[in-house]
Amino acid sequence: MEKWENNKAWFLILPVFIIVAFSSIIPLMTVVNYSIQDIWGPGQSVFVGTEWFREMLANKRLHDALWRQFLFSGLVLLIEMPLGILIALAMPKKGWKVSACLVIIALPLLIPWNTIGTIWIIFTRPDIGLFGAAINNLGIAFDHTARPLDAWITLMLMEVWHWTPLVTLLAYAGLRAIPEVYYQAAKIDGASAWATFRYIQLPKMRGVLTIAVLLRFMDSFLIYAEPFVLTGGGPGNSTTFLSIYLVKIALLQFDLGPGGAFSLIYFLIVLLFSYLFYQVLQRAGKGEKV
Amino acid sequence: MARIELSEVSHSYYAKPKNESDYALKRIQAIWEDGGAYALLGPSGCGKTTLLNVISGLLTPSQGRVIYNGKDITDLPPEERNIAQVFQFPVLYDTMSVFDNLAFPLRNRGIKENEVKKRVLDVAEILDLIPFLKKRAAGLAADAKQKISLGRGLVRSDVAAVLFDEPLTVIDPHLKWHLRRKLKEVHEQLKLTLIYVTHDQVEALTFAEQVLVMYEGELVQTGTPQELFENPTHKFVGYFIGSPGMNFLSCNVDGNCAQVDSVSIVLNDEMAAKASKAKGTLELGIRPMYLEAHPQSVKGSVPAKVKSVEDQGSFKILTVSLSGHTLRAKLPESQTVPQNEAWLRFPTQRTKLFEDGHLII
Amino acid sequence: MKANKKTIGLLIYFGLIALPIYWMLNMSLRTNASILGSFVLFPFDATLRNYIKIFTDASWYMGYVNSMIYVTINVLISLSVALPAAYAFSRYRFLGDKHVFFWLLTNRMAPVAVFALPFFQLYSTLGLLDTHLAVALAHCLFNVPLAVWILEGFMSGVPKEIDETAFIDGYSFPRFFVTIFIPLIRAGVGVTAFFCFMFSWVELLLARTLTVTNAKPIGAIMTRTISATGLDYGLLSAAGILTIVPGALVIWFVRNHLAKGFALGRV
Repeated sequence: MEKWENNKAWFLILPVFIIVAFSSIIPLMTVVNYSIQDIWGPGQSVFVGTEWFREMLANKRLHDALWRQFLFSGLVLLIEMPLGILIALAMPKKGWKVSACLVIIALPLLIPWNTIGTIWIIFTRPDIGLFGAAINNLGIAFDHTARPLDAWITLMLMEVWHWTPLVTLLAYAGLRAIPEVYYQAAKIDGASAWATFRYIQLPKMRGVLTIAVLLRFMDSFLIYAEPFVLTGGGPGNSTTFLSIYLVKIALLQFDLGPGGAFSLIYFLIVLLFSYLFYQVLQRAGKGEKV
Repeated sequence: MARIELSEVSHSYYAKPKNESDYALKRIQAIWEDGGAYALLGPSGCGKTTLLNVISGLLTPSQGRVIYNGKDITDLPPEERNIAQVFQFPVLYDTMSVFDNLAFPLRNRGIKENEVKKRVLDVAEILDLIPFLKKRAAGLAADAKQKISLGRGLVRSDVAAVLFDEPLTVIDPHLKWHLRRKLKEVHEQLKLTLIYVTHDQVEALTFAEQVLVMYEGELVQTGTPQELFENPTHKFVGYFIGSPGMNFLSCNVDGNCAQVDSVSIVLNDEMAAKASKAKGTLELGIRPMYLEAHPQSVKGSVPAKVKSVEDQGSFKILTVSLSGHTLRAKLPESQTVPQNEAWLRFPTQRTKLFEDGHLII
Repeated sequence: MKANKKTIGLLIYFGLIALPIYWMLNMSLRTNASILGSFVLFPFDATLRNYIKIFTDASWYMGYVNSMIYVTINVLISLSVALPAAYAFSRYRFLGDKHVFFWLLTNRMAPVAVFALPFFQLYSTLGLLDTHLAVALAHCLFNVPLAVWILEGFMSGVPKEIDETAFIDGYSFPRFFVTIFIPLIRAGVGVTAFFCFMFSWVELLLARTLTVTNAKPIGAIMTRTISATGLDYGLLSAAGILTIVPGALVIWFVRNHLAKGFALGRV
């Protein structure tokens, strides 16, 4: 719509601006501050310029965490996107069943993230967990505390269980927005279910699916609580993703300098991808006018 | 080709309909002859779209049969009937080019590619779409999109009837005329049965050879535009067709006069005879263009108060009040307009009598 | 036929969702000794002991209370600042509008881990450590941008002409906003409140970092189930189940509004 031009609109934005600035700019300044100094005691620090950045960028542990992170986020998208869409396609369109389905599907999203980790720790233990016991009964020695592969499998199961509903809900919203006439015309044109999906449903879901990809990539890239509770980053370092590594350095080891530099690098990567995805989103929004 | 017949078709959207008002379609009996141009006219919500969807197979009626060329196809799905449907707003496959859009119905049915190309080019030629064939369908104007929707229907060689559900709704007014002409050309060239649903009487009356009027789920009257105008068999047809619609006065019959409160209007003998046998509510009906309004008293006229005059250019609309009832008369430009009082005359051959909404004479 | 395949698929999926939760429910109704002692699919020896302990032990139930408090504060703050801002983005063009909007979105995508330490120091300096307000404010980092994003979407669906008509009719801006505009976007406000509630309720890192005892959320308290004999799985499970309950209740109550929101194609 045609918007009014008026800089006084800033007054309406001011509260939001203040709160978010308070929550983000001030802390960020602190981080920047740390990233360029070597602090070894209260009030005792020396300016070291880009030393921490160089050190972090060369840090092998950081590289490993980064690759692990990309692998994780990639797998997340590969599994959750098709699965979420499939389920959305199967969901009912009208009646009481819709509400019931929405409640069940949304349930995993409303569980505190540490509880999620707890649920899955218990669930996969061979001695007291249903999944763990079942797998072991089949003769497979499954132990996510000992073997990296098992840890990854458990992690992916938990992650898919937890977040696919988000994709499903978004895809469902997109599907419901498609007017019935499109399906009617497709019927008359003799289109198969696959053709209907490929030429009508998928194109019309482009907007919501972009949002879904954006949200899932970002959130999986920043993930902390669930893997931390489940594996603590182990066994060894095999499930230490970027956030976990950062918290270890900054909060636990209190290496403020490296932590600060790492934080900024991390944030920059996220910003880069945000920007890319945002552009794609904008273009998708402009192109789609039903 | 296609002779479409609906036999005792009723439909309710409720799983367990309880009474008449739960039905969207009530006992529809209709025949559309092969090659005819038909309009289905009625106000919003009267069941036109429901009826159309029953014909095309998008809806299976709760009761009744749908018959094509003598064959009962009630249980046949839409893609197996020889019909095409054009909807209220353009339905396209946005990711495809115009060519692929038109080819879609054929490719789905496994037609060979060179045959597909031939058919698409033929139809694109008829609809003036040749210059757009390579372009992406999503970027075109609304009227071009509707033509593509139509084209997808015409491209199948087995299509015998095309159904239109208010197809000009989203088209710019100055392009509507162009599209309507195109539809008439298609009709003449391809000799298909066309059924055109609309709530706009001008569209219906100019497009169709036969008009079917619907009201509250029932088919009230079928006929040529002329028949509907001159001899509405139902009060609603009289009211809906013509601008402004027919005037109605509730009355009682006394001897050979119709009594509208204290005013007597003379009827001819035949009308009076039928009226005296009537048991239901009686109403007198006359079209504004036949109602005579004179500045002074003439034989057989009754006095009425003038409420307002609207100048419509080539004619004037006179609104009068007769014993508290509002009537409208359409006066030619040349006639003198009565000022405060008008003397109304009801020519007996133009006056109709309705009992419970149905025409008796 | 097709309908049946879909229903079966859906039911299998629902079963898979429910399974881990059911398992935790199972654990929660048994004592730790019973859990470690025998493996059963159904809690034949069901007892409410774990739940009773949580409900009667202040150090436990305060966790829930604390979480509810800061989540509610956060939703209120987020909504009240986001509404005027979303209106501004929806109706006005102004200096830097696109950039501010994008900057807001980037905050939603900020790695929370980056802010853990700075927040700790910031709120410590302000003396707000271990208060509900601190967590509520901290969560604004990602909830306020989300709220603005969602609300702006809904507001753009309301034609500007309605605003103009109201102003011509003599409405002052606050009166128009409260009596006319907000009712029109009720569904949007509901959806926003829901998502803000959700993301604040489930967030753990900041909630744990910024609290010590007074405002400690249930997520942090759950780790206190480690006793001399190791983890008390029964107690832990009961605590876990109880963290699911508020979310489940909320979604149960708004389910029809959600369904309607989906039907309108605007979520």
